[in-house]
Amino acid sequence: MVRFALARFGAAVFVLVSISVLVFLIFFATPGVDPAARIAGRNADQATLAQVQAEFGLDQPLPVRYALMMKHLFVDRDLTSFVNRGVLVIPQIVHAVPVTLSLVLGAAVLWMVVGVAMGTLAAAWRGRAADPLIVLVGVVGVSIPVYWLGEVVNLVTQSRLHDSVFSWVPPLGYVPLTQNPAQWALRLLFPWLTLAVLYAGIYARVLRSEMMGALDEDYVRTARAKGVSERRILIKHALRCSLIPIVSLFGLDFGALVGGSALLTEVVFGLPGVGRLTYTALQNLDLPVILGTVLYAAFFVVLSNALVDLVYAALDPRVRHV
Amino acid sequence: MSEPLLEVEDLRVSFRSRRGTAVAVDGLSFSLAPGEVLGVVGESGSGKSVSMMSMLGLIRDPNCTVEGSARFRGSDLVGMADKDLRVLRGRDIAMIFQDPMTSLTPVYTVGWHIAEQIRVHQSMSKARARARAVELLAEVGIPDPARRIDDYPHQFSGGMRQRAVIAMGLANNPSLLIADEPTTALDVTTQAQVLDLLRRLRRDHGSSIILITHDMGVVSQLADRVLVMYAGRAAEEGPRQEVFHHPRHPYTWGLLGSVPRARAPRVRRLPAIPGSPASALAVPSGCAFAPRCRFAHDQCAERPPLAGADHLDACWLPRDRRHELRHSLDEVATAAGDPGQQSIIVPATEEFE
Ligand SMILES: Nc1ncnc2c1ncn2[C@@H]1O[C@H](COP(=O)(O)OP(=O)(O)OP(=O)(O)O)[C@@H](O)[C@H]1O
Ligand SMILES: [Mg+2]
Repeated sequence: MVRFALARFGAAVFVLVSISVLVFLIFFATPGVDPAARIAGRNADQATLAQVQAEFGLDQPLPVRYALMMKHLFVDRDLTSFVNRGVLVIPQIVHAVPVTLSLVLGAAVLWMVVGVAMGTLAAAWRGRAADPLIVLVGVVGVSIPVYWLGEVVNLVTQSRLHDSVFSWVPPLGYVPLTQNPAQWALRLLFPWLTLAVLYAGIYARVLRSEMMGALDEDYVRTARAKGVSERRILIKHALRCSLIPIVSLFGLDFGALVGGSALLTEVVFGLPGVGRLTYTALQNLDLPVILGTVLYAAFFVVLSNALVDLVYAALDPRVRHV
Repeated sequence: MSEPLLEVEDLRVSFRSRRGTAVAVDGLSFSLAPGEVLGVVGESGSGKSVSMMSMLGLIRDPNCTVEGSARFRGSDLVGMADKDLRVLRGRDIAMIFQDPMTSLTPVYTVGWHIAEQIRVHQSMSKARARARAVELLAEVGIPDPARRIDDYPHQFSGGMRQRAVIAMGLANNPSLLIADEPTTALDVTTQAQVLDLLRRLRRDHGSSIILITHDMGVVSQLADRVLVMYAGRAAEEGPRQEVFHHPRHPYTWGLLGSVPRARAPRVRRLPAIPGSPASALAVPSGCAFAPRCRFAHDQCAERPPLAGADHLDACWLPRDRRHELRHSLDEVATAAGDPGQQSIIVPATEEFE
């Protein structure tokens, strides 16, 4: 298991380095594009261009440029946004990360709990009235666009019913956990729910079909022949085996969301997370910020995939011995 | 005779579907004495598995109806509440299935499975259950059981897995073990070992065994009595010696005709009998075997009862002429240059067109 973990993280590091090289090549070595002009932003003056040239060593050979970029990113951490006149990129990301993590982690807990419960119940009640009902709820959850749901939630909780039922809902925005835990949770409550609705629906459906398959397996018949109770069969045998694919799905979704896919939710609820940071950077063509967030996103996707593989190996003994 | 351990009477299992009602088991009756080994043979689809699983409440298909009775130590398994049946399953009646590859939950160790079997029915500490699991694995002949107990099913070979499954079945000293083709998926050597294990089980624990198989050879080695099933019904039932040496039903003749004579290489599966087995969706109202039987006559349009004292059969042919009739077939076969192989039964078309 330890060897497996080390091997897996070795692979993750390799993938990360490869991605950074790839991103570097796209940003600095796309033929026919002048990276200095791109980085400096629209209508940059000669002085800025020269500064960019020097800072990124654009007259140097590629490997040196790569090393310089890495140095700016990780050693000196002084990558600067030229569009925003001298705002440092790394601190911006460092500030945005806790927001996104808070949002995605909370929502993930919600959707895993709700999705797994719904999927399991639907499988347990297959053939009964409750099963199609749960499936229907799941489909509705899947089909509602997040930004629309977010806007409706805001409309209801922030203006229409804000004076009556929802008077306890704080204004939009983010309060750090360390500053005021209650406010942190309260402000994130509706973003969590909104984001979780979609994923809970997906997870419930996937888990339900996985469990239906598992319940037809021979090992379930064996368990029944042993005199094991239906509930134990459902949880200990069918659910336990069905969780394996759910975990890999979770890893992908979680990585992508932390990496910036929670963008819509962040924008709708005014949360200054990584998604929103990328979004504004894209609007301003703020290349250094985009560079930073892309690498950050890659880091989280790769990291969560590596973690998933470890959890996977812990869940499925067959994987451990390859 | 002592009180039977299991007495099945007129068991009927049917599945409703859009294409009609499939009758998988159609009025099956037999009884099993304590310590007895009953071999159940018959072609694929003759209802062997369904009859056993229906008694144990293992068929969860909502379209399935089970009628009749199956009294185990006097209490009827058919219609018993699942929570009562569950107490019997795995404790008094253990059932093991054909494919050892898929019959263990892949994410748990072999020891976990055995411990689960023990702790479902007895309150025993985890440590003691584990110790008992090691004992059981040793008993079924797993080498180095104290170490192998922590292996996962995929680390066991097919034969070892089937042995582990048997160990699981034995965990609570069941008085009845139902083994549904326990050796079909295994190679010859492993097969012999597993059969040996079953034999020992009967000797040491005095358990009754119902052994479902396609393999007449297996039956002849192990069974005290033999039940021959065709289309969900009993065609013939009796002591092994009787059924093997004086078979009475033309279907049994077909099965036995296909068993090679002494010294010939062993055939492991029943070879195909000409014609196809009766479909469960349309079992003939008369004798189910009539469409494939060379001796079918007018009376066969009516369903023959299972008649006899200790050796029973369901056939209208006059009892005293059976030997002669069977013999006549052998001669026909020999004349045709096909000594005793698959020659007894002819396809339905010859008789009915
Ligand atoms: N869930 C089901 N729905 C409908 N028909 C079924 C179902 N299960 C079994 N049957 C039918 O019941 C009949 C008997 O099947 P069964 O599995 O008992 O045969 P078997 O004698 O065990 O055969 P084999 O030797 O291949 O295991 C078959 O015709 C089968 O099609
Ligand atoms: Mg079968």
